[in-house]
Amino acid sequence: MRIAGRGLVNRDKPVSFTFDGRRYDGFAGDTVASAMLANGQRLMGRSFKYHRPRGVLSAGSEEPNALVTTGVGPASEPNVRATMQEIYEGLAVRSQNAWPSLDLDLMAVNDLASPFLGAGFYYKTFMWPRKFWKHVYEPVIRRAAGLGRLSGGPNADAYEKAYAFCDLLVIGAGPAGLMAALVAARAGADVILAGEDALMGGRLNAENEHVDGQPGHAWAAGVVAELATMDNVRLMPRTTVTGVYDGGMFSALERVNQHRARRGEGAPLECFWRIAAKQSILAAGALERPVAFANNDRPGIMTAGAVRAYLTRWGVAPGKQVAVFGNNDDAHRTARDLAAAGVHVAAVIDSREGVSMEGADFPVLRGAVVCNASGRKELESVTIRTAGGEHKIQADCLAMSGGWNPSLHLTCHLGGRPTWEPDIHAFVPTPGAVPGMHVAGACNGTFSTHGCLAAGVAAAENALEALGRKPEPMDLPQADDAPYNLKPLWSVPGKGRAWLDFQNDVCVKDVQQAAAENFRSAEHMKRYTTQGMAPDQGKNSNVAALAVLADATGRGIAETGTTTFRPPYTPVAIAAMGAGGQGKGFAPERLTTSHAASLAMGAPMVEAGLWYRPSYFPRGQERNWRQSCDREVGFVRKTVGVCDVSTLGKIDIQGPDSAKLLDLVYTNKFSTLKVGKVRYGLMLREDGFVMDDGTCARLGETHYLMTTTTGAAGEVMRHLEFVTQCLHPEWQVHLTSVTEQWAQFAVAGPKSRELLNGLLEQPIDNDSFPFMACGSERLGGVAARLFRISFSGEHAYEITVPARYGAALFDLLVARAEALEGGAYGMEALNVLRLEKGHITHAEIDGRATAGDIGMERMVSDAKDCIGKTMSERPGLRDPERGQLVGLRPVGAVKQLTAGAFLFEAGAEARRENAQGYTTSVGFSPDIGTFIGLAFVMRGRQRHGEVMRMVDHLREIEAEVEICAPVFVDPEGGRARG
Amino acid sequence: MVELKAQTPFGELLPLHIGDMTVAARDLGQLTVLGVFDRAGLSKALEAAHGVALPEPLQSTAEGDAQCLWFGREEALLVGPTPDEALAKHAALVDVSDGWAVAELQGPGAEDVLARLAPVDLRDSVFEPGDILRSQLRDMPASITRTETGFLLLVYRSMAATLVQELRRAMEAVASRR
Repeated sequence: MRIAGRGLVNRDKPVSFTFDGRRYDGFAGDTVASAMLANGQRLMGRSFKYHRPRGVLSAGSEEPNALVTTGVGPASEPNVRATMQEIYEGLAVRSQNAWPSLDLDLMAVNDLASPFLGAGFYYKTFMWPRKFWKHVYEPVIRRAAGLGRLSGGPNADAYEKAYAFCDLLVIGAGPAGLMAALVAARAGADVILAGEDALMGGRLNAENEHVDGQPGHAWAAGVVAELATMDNVRLMPRTTVTGVYDGGMFSALERVNQHRARRGEGAPLECFWRIAAKQSILAAGALERPVAFANNDRPGIMTAGAVRAYLTRWGVAPGKQVAVFGNNDDAHRTARDLAAAGVHVAAVIDSREGVSMEGADFPVLRGAVVCNASGRKELESVTIRTAGGEHKIQADCLAMSGGWNPSLHLTCHLGGRPTWEPDIHAFVPTPGAVPGMHVAGACNGTFSTHGCLAAGVAAAENALEALGRKPEPMDLPQADDAPYNLKPLWSVPGKGRAWLDFQNDVCVKDVQQAAAENFRSAEHMKRYTTQGMAPDQGKNSNVAALAVLADATGRGIAETGTTTFRPPYTPVAIAAMGAGGQGKGFAPERLTTSHAASLAMGAPMVEAGLWYRPSYFPRGQERNWRQSCDREVGFVRKTVGVCDVSTLGKIDIQGPDSAKLLDLVYTNKFSTLKVGKVRYGLMLREDGFVMDDGTCARLGETHYLMTTTTGAAGEVMRHLEFVTQCLHPEWQVHLTSVTEQWAQFAVAGPKSRELLNGLLEQPIDNDSFPFMACGSERLGGVAARLFRISFSGEHAYEITVPARYGAALFDLLVARAEALEGGAYGMEALNVLRLEKGHITHAEIDGRATAGDIGMERMVSDAKDCIGKTMSERPGLRDPERGQLVGLRPVGAVKQLTAGAFLFEAGAEARRENAQGYTTSVGFSPDIGTFIGLAFVMRGRQRHGEVMRMVDHLREIEAEVEICAPVFVDPEGGRARG
Repeated sequence: MVELKAQTPFGELLPLHIGDMTVAARDLGQLTVLGVFDRAGLSKALEAAHGVALPEPLQSTAEGDAQCLWFGREEALLVGPTPDEALAKHAALVDVSDGWAVAELQGPGAEDVLARLAPVDLRDSVFEPGDILRSQLRDMPASITRTETGFLLLVYRSMAATLVQELRRAMEAVASRR
């Protein structure tokens, strides 16, 4: 029920939303939880395992019970905490983990079976028969137990990722955080203030107390207003700092548009921040602990602090007759606040003896505990145990407080362990757990408002000192400094289930059972019972469960220790962490200058690294890619073909020591290469295996141009940088990637020179431009470079122009080729052409091949050293039994070859142990008229002519193949020289 | 005589106006990588020929239409003029005018847009006009320079379309918050 004149909601702005299709009315500033309570709706969820009816327990992000699903269809979001979800017009909320409905959940039959469903139940029960787990037990259990479900459809909402940098990150916007931010901001530091709540102020918005002579919330609003005017301050409300990482890095989740209907047009739902801060202040407050007693999970039982928050922040009375149960003075404060608001206080039940409570006009029971609760979907009464016995009192709401746990989670993210503080019976952060982090206020065990304000100032002063700044003198605002006075009470003994972990349905007896079965360490108990493993990560149950474990194992709590707090502090959607990475956002696309023309010609594109390259260029009546590919291979073999090869890595190497560098990184010599010539080179890794191959041209005495394969361009550049920076920093040599500067096209085939001579300003012939020559040419008034190299084995050239002319040159070359009855060719034809010549690609040099394996051992020069040479001489790499590169052709009835198939001796069984080798690449050769392939076969070079079995177990293809030399076309190489 | 028509890296993709932010292609003239062999000599030759000194790391120098950007270890980028032949005595000279796609991002939200793409501190208090970083824009290697009017962004020419796509997304997100 809403209480007139109370709360910080905007009563002039009514807002309606639906819960399970039913309309509810609230006000701007309400959460789903506060608005539902204002409407008298207690039941908000069902528990994980037993499907017990549950109401809201807390008023913050630690909420374990009121988990709901918002939105519909692919945009729906499960496990949203009703205490954090602000309402907006049109918000649709659904209950979860209930069937057929929240009110009538048939799965609640699990509750009756609870004696069989305790800790360790799954491990003991579903052991046999073994096969049943995957197909019977697990699906059934998953259906019965669980939280919200994803829609299964792709999420269309936008998310974003962003970076922020500051001098000081203040985490938490309660009295300590606000004060710290104010002091630091006034001193001129660059401050980010991140608060989880929509409204900054923390408990000041939830308590009935004064700061500096004004209501706490008004003081907070004043500080926020001042901070908002300062250029050096970034206020980040609705932002939860979720993780702490090395070097002052923090992750944070901002709920950018979760509080309104705004979607689409790029408006992000959430933003995942990475914040780099020189210093940080943790002022995350504290979480109130429930007390474990029988049926303490009934809807209407909530923490005392939550009751005060609903009353003061939202003007909502969570019940008509409220009982208050606690072991500290907060219980009294709750009762006073309720009475002052005109809510009937049924009784105050204080577990401590001899405490006084003056002026109370409600019964105060000392040395008493609540030991049971009745009412299934709504609390009806609580049973009170005193020295004189047990009796029931009517109550529809119970406010309970077992004390407070400092929110120290973030201080443990770098491996720090918290320290037990006996004065407040709680863990507190260990000083220095996170470098550069200062801890202030309730999260450090300081629970009074005065203490928090003072701690905020002190933390800011320490941070400012580290930043080399001086604070301005400032008076500490007047505030309440009431003592805490807690006497520990973790669980009330008695029959029945007493909940510790509401979210995962873990009770006192489960922890005791774990201890009895010797799961005595906190980490083992956690995993055996699942306590602390739910989305709330044990925020509500942590210390109480440890206390029960400590008691059951006869140890103290400090000795028992805690489990490990890890990021994220609250759940973070993967969609937020992966923001921007859906679909094509996953990686940049590198497009060649001929991309648009290739698409216009209908070419399907294939990815090569980040590049997109045309597979083939379909024409007219061609029904499949093979027909196009065969035709394109024919262009190169018979007339002339044109192919964009710009994606190959190009590295400009200049300087007096260029030749030394190349002699070191290539197996063969480049210092002897003449200016105006190109040489094929092979590069080894330090471990002796082949890294890459390509050509390298000598453009000038101290100027080379290296080409790499498309896929290894980055790796080769890194390798060269390593050599020049680390191995030979004294060398005068400079590397520049010019891959992007030049558009490069292969012009290949018997008519290639004829085509080029129609374009070049100075025609060429075989004498002026022989095989493996290179030089500067001009065409169309543009300076170009020409290389006479051939990957296809034909008379061929590669011509490069600055990239701005790439599109125009491609169009021109294709048109001229077509006039000569040739045309463009794509990757499929390129692959067949090189296969026919036995040229390797990374399908062969896959990181496991040596120069010997690919038949290039003679390319490793005896006359000089090179990187990888020594390691390539290891016996294992020289083993004659190693696979050697061979060609394959089908000789049986089955003519198809496949890459990745294994080779066996004829008649041998096709088992792993019998494998003699494997195929690396295959293609259909129009020249040969059959499939051909390359393979690595043990002692392969001595086995030419042998017939073997090729077996592809995956595709279920078997063929008889003959081992042959890997060069199928023009083995003498005369065509390239012609 | 054939004619080859030049194309710009961004073509019709730019300019792009979203909210109060604009990104537009920039033609800065010739881009030449200077691979430094002799710092002092190169700096002197640069000043004599083009009026700009060799910049310190993370900085740039400018004079008239000529700029010199720090571009990496022992590397600078001469922007604008055709390099004087005298420079070749002290540095490797590599023309990369066509290798980079150059755009300028302007408007009050520009810093926020880059905060969504680059993992580096670009606050005006630490990244002043003329300062340059070699970093990344999302997964694209990039150079970022603060100019008097905005941010100059260089990415590989082949990634021009991806840059526009990423900028559009970030600009829309920033505009939606303003």
